[in-house]
Amino acid sequence: MNPTVNKPVDAMNQPSNPAAANVGIVIVSHSPKIAEGTADMVRQMVGDSVPLAYTGGNPDGALGTSVEAIMGAISAAWSEAGVAVLVDLGGAETNSEMAIEFMPDERRSRIVVCNAPLVEGAVIAATESSGGSTLEVVRRTAEELSS
Amino acid sequence: MEDVLRASGKMMDKLINDAARAIIAEADHLTALDQAIGDGDHGINMKRGMEAVLAEVPKLAGKPPGEVLKAIGMQLVMKVGGASGPLFGTLAMEFGKGLPSHPTRADITRAFAAAVAAVAARGKAEQGQKTMLDVLIPVSEALNAGASAVEVKAIALAAANATIPVKATRGRASFLGERSVGHMDPGSWSSAMIITAICNRLGDKS
Repeated sequence: MNPTVNKPVDAMNQPSNPAAANVGIVIVSHSPKIAEGTADMVRQMVGDSVPLAYTGGNPDGALGTSVEAIMGAISAAWSEAGVAVLVDLGGAETNSEMAIEFMPDERRSRIVVCNAPLVEGAVIAATESSGGSTLEVVRRTAEELSS
Repeated sequence: MEDVLRASGKMMDKLINDAARAIIAEADHLTALDQAIGDGDHGINMKRGMEAVLAEVPKLAGKPPGEVLKAIGMQLVMKVGGASGPLFGTLAMEFGKGLPSHPTRADITRAFAAAVAAVAARGKAEQGQKTMLDVLIPVSEALNAGASAVEVKAIALAAANATIPVKATRGRASFLGERSVGHMDPGSWSSAMIITAICNRLGDKS
């Protein structure tokens, strides 16, 4: 079984949709169920107005995270405005940082890992993104939850 | 040590095979250690990564040691599935980056020190927090001091055992606070197992 990665049918391939201009949100959990459930909560809040992708599970699909799957999720949620990554525990953060380093040079500086709780952080980051905020503002808003 | 690496490209294959098989053989113990103070996946994760490494080794025949290390580091990053992937993967990749095609002992010492520093940066950790650095840093210092393979192995094993009374302040075990005291750090033990396997192969030829 492979880690869960959704390939969202979002607005990225439809240039006329304003969602493509908004900061993308990536959800990374050790648990495929938490990743998917968190994405459901984000969608309920912001609909299709932000590019969104999630991944959970190690390369065998058990609890853990996969660098390759995180890279896939970042690509799936890619926006020229950048991507904010929300993570749960240690390995999710370390693997996300590794995944970012493997992304193409021109994208790397526009991907951030937010120091925020996963569920609340994802929902508030997506809400901020849906209003057209920059990556830095999206990140700061999510990280205010931790301060 | 450098003579051994120079003598035969096959020695690199043997060292990597030995290290991978040592981890695979130790997987259940690593899991047990991790169940005590972590999430219990260290053994299976490292086993998965090392099986990928074993599958990769034949494809790397004839490549310089640095290239081999970079390639197996990438396998660990991609296949382990926990924080250990980027940490052990970074160790191998950065070690490989620092090695010329015919490394001397000084090259190995310098490259390993840089690799350990990269692991510390990747994990945002330092010595004394009950992590793999508690083994890697003393080993790096021993290499720098001119220690033999036999001495390096002894230092690695002693350093892993010395994590037992330490309270974890980094990694999943830090969630347990005082309850992490009295248990060996699993990442330190896997580090010591890899180093032991390599030192056993190199024997007193270093």
